[in-house]
Amino acid sequence: MRGRPRNNEKLVVEISSGNLPEKKTLSDRIRDSFSQVPLLAWLCGILVAVLLERFLGDPFTELLGLPKIPALFGALTILRKPLLIPGTMAFLLLIYILPIIIVLRLCGPVLNRLAGWLFNLSSAVSVVIHLGLLYGILYLWSDISGYRLLTLKLTFIAVIVTLSLNVINGYMGEFSCSHPGFMALGAYSASIFTLLFFVDDKVFGSALLPEFLGPFLFPVALIFGGLVAAIGAIAIAVPSFRTRGDYLAIISLAFMFIVKSLIENLEFVRGPRGLSNQPNYVDLPTVFLWTVAAVWIINNFVRSTTGKALNAVRDDEMAADAMTVNTRRTKIVAFLFAAFWAGVAGGLFAHVLRYVNPSTFGIQKLAEVLAMVYFGGLNSVYGSIVGAVSLSLLGEALRPLEIFKWIIIPLLLILVMIYRPTGLIAFKEFNVMNLISPKRRK
Amino acid sequence: MPLLQINNMSHDFGGLRAVNNYNLEIEPGQIRGLIGPNGAGKTTVFNLVSGIYTPTEGDILLNGQSIVGLKPYQIATLGLGRTFQNLRLWRHMSVLDHVKMAQYSKISYGLLGAFFGTPKRRREEAEIEEKAYGLLKLVGVADLADQLVVNLPYGDQRRVEMARALATEPRVLFLDEPTAGMNPEELIQMMEIVRLVHREFGLAIFLIEHRLKVVMELCDIIQTLVFGEVIAEGSAEEIQNDPKVIEAYLGKETIL
Repeated sequence: MRGRPRNNEKLVVEISSGNLPEKKTLSDRIRDSFSQVPLLAWLCGILVAVLLERFLGDPFTELLGLPKIPALFGALTILRKPLLIPGTMAFLLLIYILPIIIVLRLCGPVLNRLAGWLFNLSSAVSVVIHLGLLYGILYLWSDISGYRLLTLKLTFIAVIVTLSLNVINGYMGEFSCSHPGFMALGAYSASIFTLLFFVDDKVFGSALLPEFLGPFLFPVALIFGGLVAAIGAIAIAVPSFRTRGDYLAIISLAFMFIVKSLIENLEFVRGPRGLSNQPNYVDLPTVFLWTVAAVWIINNFVRSTTGKALNAVRDDEMAADAMTVNTRRTKIVAFLFAAFWAGVAGGLFAHVLRYVNPSTFGIQKLAEVLAMVYFGGLNSVYGSIVGAVSLSLLGEALRPLEIFKWIIIPLLLILVMIYRPTGLIAFKEFNVMNLISPKRRK
Repeated sequence: MPLLQINNMSHDFGGLRAVNNYNLEIEPGQIRGLIGPNGAGKTTVFNLVSGIYTPTEGDILLNGQSIVGLKPYQIATLGLGRTFQNLRLWRHMSVLDHVKMAQYSKISYGLLGAFFGTPKRRREEAEIEEKAYGLLKLVGVADLADQLVVNLPYGDQRRVEMARALATEPRVLFLDEPTAGMNPEELIQMMEIVRLVHREFGLAIFLIEHRLKVVMELCDIIQTLVFGEVIAEGSAEEIQNDPKVIEAYLGKETIL
């Protein structure tokens, strides 16, 4: 009882001094201190962390009693051997969290000024430097183990596939199920291209072109795969875009199964046994550059007025038509465009695993891609990147749980659908200039 | 030559004749009105002319060229702009994007520009953006350019729709009940905007209205449509005193 008048007094004093809403929670304070940090500083911080891991990782693991450097931020180690939790946590804290915080604290303002200087100098140079740093981080991180490298490559491919499906299911607002089919077309076409021209093998005979040309012509193989997928997409687009509604979902689902059983029955691509021996052309820079190109081109498209016509068609087709938008052309172009990128992703996929068979491109793949799109967020490039990266990494990280993985991931999806029905980051424009610009005090 | 000429246009929905033998001529710069009770077929006339339906019989000439059978976007590109009774705005798009989108047919940067962000695209996008701002300023919602349309009050949504229709650069503008659901103050503002765009662009305007006050004040010539047929045509005064119009709206006078 005695404390009460005092509290009142304090309140009065605060009001009179005019700084009443100064009550900040811890999370507010953390957010405040990080809101001034430019992307450049984050990248530098993470780069320091991966450098530390690269050069001090092994002594640290020995010191902390870990069998080896935790591959996916300790998730696998923790789930397999719970006794190693303290060691893994200490490793993460010492190698990742502390160095990043120190860099942000010490160099944040300097790097912010540097980011501003770069931005004013030339935004293109600034973008290239940011991408260079990102690549450096990924290179150092994935250099630790082959497992990391494979996971990273598959994650990049997932980003391309998710983004291209988002063009149809998010931006255009139709429901397409044919993406595994497009991936299959791309994967097989690109594989046939490279196997035919650059590899001596049993299926297609000896190489038609000298082997050293292979890496240079590999982009042609991928584009060829994408184009074949886009031609396949015409078969869906022409009949199903006369009207709106569920037709596309049904026709595209049928298309997926047709492609799968077609390949299973084609003996010249060895049917259900699949194609193997693809040349090892997809190293980290290749898949990184293709992903950057896909994000850049798709983002360009959806931000142009031509691309935004998709949103107009989705939200009200009759109004779009009355406002001079050629709705049918808009829909078909976007569908073929999305199929093209799915085909490119399929080609990359085949050359990362260096083996494809038709059963990879079935209903499970479809569920995976749809989950990434809807988890990340509709109508949003950010959303697709977040969705693809988080679900790919989560899928790997939860692997030790075996069957429970397939309970946890769907559960997460259900939660997202309940609390954010359009996905984590939906309806947000991906503006690279905002991303790389220096942060100003509010 | 009239700007828009409709000759003996009829349309059947199955066995129901929704519009029968409809004729219309609009000269450049004219404002004409179409009134009639609910279900008379007024919006059907609009949908027939703008290409959403194809008339069963008859011909429609825009600037001397037949537009029967063309797609709605082609008719819109030829210079027939329209608004909708129930707005039909795009709910996930910003006000500015609405007005930019309506200039779709003027974009010439093609797919290459859309994919790679060429300088030509940047220039064209800047041009249509500037024009969009101009139109938004004209109808008085330029300060809301970045808002999503769903967040706007109803009167402002109507203004955005008007700016969007103007962005297609129409020669004839069809307004489908532009003052539906408006309070008296918004109604007067809307009439001001219609007068303003008429003056500013020298447009021919054809409007459907339920409120006689609006048609009487704005229109040069008014048609009355009942059960798909024009029963009266003339100036505001003539229409007001026409016994057939009074009958259609109020019923026959019977002396007990």
